[in-house]
Parts: sequence; C-alpha cells; structure tokens
Amino acid sequence: MEIDKKNNGVSASTTATQPLWLLAEITYQCPLQCAFCYNPTDFDKHTQNELDTESWIKVLRQARDLGAAQLGISGGEPLLRKDIEEIVTEASSLGYYSNLITSGAGMNEKRIDALKDGGLDHIQLSMHDITEEINNFITNTKTFKLKQKVAAMIKDRGYPMVLNVVMHRYNIDHIQEILEMAEGLGADYIELANTQYYGWSLVNRDQLMPKKEQVENALKVTQKFRERPDNKMKIFFVVPDYFEDRPKKCMNGWGEVFMIVTANGDVLPCHSARVIPNLEFPNVNDSPLKGAWYDSPAFNKFRGDDWMQEPCRSCSEKENDLGGCRCQALLLTGNAEGADPVCSKSPDRHIIDQAIKDSQNPGVEAKPIIFRTNANSKKIDKGDEKDRLAKFHATP
Amino acid sequence: MSIEAKDIYKIAAHHRFQWEKAQDCYVILFPEGMVKLNGSAGEVLNLVNGESTVESITEVLSKKFIEAPNIAKDIEGMIELALDKSWIEKVN
Repeated sequence: MEIDKKNNGVSASTTATQPLWLLAEITYQCPLQCAFCYNPTDFDKHTQNELDTESWIKVLRQARDLGAAQLGISGGEPLLRKDIEEIVTEASSLGYYSNLITSGAGMNEKRIDALKDGGLDHIQLSMHDITEEINNFITNTKTFKLKQKVAAMIKDRGYPMVLNVVMHRYNIDHIQEILEMAEGLGADYIELANTQYYGWSLVNRDQLMPKKEQVENALKVTQKFRERPDNKMKIFFVVPDYFEDRPKKCMNGWGEVFMIVTANGDVLPCHSARVIPNLEFPNVNDSPLKGAWYDSPAFNKFRGDDWMQEPCRSCSEKENDLGGCRCQALLLTGNAEGADPVCSKSPDRHIIDQAIKDSQNPGVEAKPIIFRTNANSKKIDKGDEKDRLAKFHATP
Repeated sequence: MSIEAKDIYKIAAHHRFQWEKAQDCYVILFPEGMVKLNGSAGEVLNLVNGESTVESITEVLSKKFIEAPNIAKDIEGMIELALDKSWIEKVN
C-alpha cells in the first residue's frame, strides 16, 4: 500500500544543507491543553522570556538570507501574540511562503483580514474529531464550535484549507467521518498525523496509543477514500513509527533542511532536540543564524553519518532513514547515538514492543491523562511525575 | 491530457513560483512543500503566465536555446509533468 510518508511536515526535494524550512515556535502559551502536544513539558519556563517582535523580524531576515523559503508560524498558539500580523507582513515582503499553524483560538474576522492583507499564504488548522465530546476531552477545552467557525472563515477568504488531525486511540476509529467532515468543509489538504511520542504525548503515551488493528483499519479506510474517482482532497497519512519496523528519516536528517527557532530564541534542528544532554544549542540573542546553522557543534553533531554506531554504521539501509530519530533513541534507550529503537535491527526494539504492550493493558485507562497546562509543566519540571517518567532517559 | 499549441496555462492557485537566490534556481512553493526546479523546467515555468500559449513559449525558448534539438518535445513534457503535479492549471 502506498502511503505519503512525510517527515514531520518536511517534504523538500533535496538534502542540501541549507535551511529551506523555518519553523517559528513563536510562543509556548496556548489556551488548549492537548494531551498529545509535542511541545516540551518544561514549556512554562520559556513563557517569560519570549523574543520580541524586532527579534523575530531579525530571525526572518537572517533565515531568508540562508535560503529558507517555507515559514511555519507555530506555538503554542501563535495568535496569542498581538504581533502576528506584523510578522506575517514582514515574512511576505521577504518572499517566504508563510503558513500559520493554529488551533483557531484567537482568530476573528478582523485578524484574518489583516493576515490576508499582510500576505499570509495559508493557514493550517488543527481539528480533533467529528464529535464535540472527543474534541473537548482531548484538548481539555470547549473548542469544537470555534474550529468549525474558523474553518469557514479560512474558506471564505480563499486560503487553501489545510487541516491537521492528530490521531490517537480516541479518534482513529472515526477516520471515515473525519475525512467526510474535512471534505464537507472544503479542505484542500488533510494531514492525518498519527501521534508521535515526544513531549506531552510521550508522558501520555499509554493512554494515547491505538491498537495495531486500529491503525491498519485507518490506513485501509484512508486509501479507499483517496481512491474514489471524484476525490479532490490531498490526504497525507503520517504512519505511527512504533508499528513499523524501520524508523522515520526524522526531519529529513539532522540539520539538513529544517530549522526551528523557539519562543525564547533557541535554534534547534528539531522540535525536541533539547532533551539530548550535553548539547548546547545556539540562541538568536547571542549568535546569528548563519553561525548556528553552519558552525555550531549542536547542528553538526548528527549531520551525515560519521556519528553512527552499530548496527547503523554498517547497515545497507542507513541512507534511507539516517538511523531514525536521535531524540527517540535518547528518550527510550539513553543513547542518542544508537539506532532508533523502532528499527527491528536495533538491540533495543523490545522497548517499543513493551510500550505497545503496556498501552494495550486495560488497566491503563485508570491512569489519568496529564494535560498540557502551565501548572502541570511546573509540576513535571519540579519532579512531581517522577514515577510515570522513570522509564524515560530524559524528561520529554 | 494532450498538450496543444494554443493551450494557455498559469501557475495553479495556492502555488507560488519564484526565483530563489540562495538556491540559485526557480522553485514552486505550496502548502507543506517546496520543489526546486532544474534549469530547463524553471525556464519553461517562468513563461507560464496565464497569457502565453504553448506555441509562443516554444518560440521564445527555441530562440534562447538554439542548440537544443527537441525543445518543443521537452517543453511539452515539462508542461505535462507540471500539470500532473498540479503546479499549473489550464486557462483556456
């Protein structure tokens, strides 16, 4: 079966080491409290030292000079910042293809018009389910109607409609209805992104992971939907790597095409790189992006394949996936240079198999989900959830 | 779909075609994606502007690349590919 494999949204056609894609995680504040959020659990401590507008504009200019052409403005919820319109206008004049990645919270008629005038190219809206109940449960907020309203606004302004649905055990069986809803809303693209386990989603992994049969069924339903002769919607199905026997080529390679600048100005090759110990990431307050990308030890650490250990080093397939995800290897095995344990050739594959087993233990429902709130972020940072996190080699 | 001499195409909605200095090539940008175009593909799409016919695009490029023998066929192939990828849309 053919699947559109995407590496966390990167679909560039090249591996030249130029940052083609800039993700601006402009704030970690968010009114939603999604159990599957990939933001770091310690986000709360970065809510006080956010970059100001001027610094963001500097970041946009520097990244554009380095070759970045795709810009994602993300968070948290980016619309919580009052300067998104200003940032979008600058991005547009620099020639970025700009994308606002939003939950919809904070969007209104006036702002969407200002964004359109500023030259925003598209809006990616997160949706959660066809039912208000699951939407409100998994985000821990009453946001179902809001999302429907914002979807209509996006369509009305002539933006390409890009919906992103994070899939987990509570919504994966509704995939047919979700696709029908997306089509009904006039979506041009829909990304069915099976939860990847980082940040809050790793904390809640046992509660979120679907069964293998559910994933297989979802794939079948998706394929059938896509093959209808009158289908116009582009459907991306991001496979959950735990159920595969080869890892994903994470970010299309470390420091290959993707650059993230976080709310506090850290420059990262991927969303969760800060979990890797003994790596110091550059910050835009101290160093220009050019040095960060080309010269910083952190960006060079896992470039190419010199860093690989066995079984990756001599593996005939190493170029396909570059050993998988460094953060996943660290979080689950304690060794950032080892094979991603998803790989069936990894001596640590049993960790993934155990995780699948644990998630399917009926007793797991009894353990409460830890929602993404500032209070829970403070708690985890203080060490209050040590028991639950004991099996991981770093705080996600 | 066969490409006719009088056909007129434009860059598809939600797509942007532009020159990238840092990459030294033309690119197509669209939601969630970016494709770098090689030299000849970029030259063709640069003339796909919602006004020029395939015939006139061929004429311009034949003059520019006199040494290319099968240029009409190459241009047709490129337009077919771009249509197939939904980078361009037919106007007339």
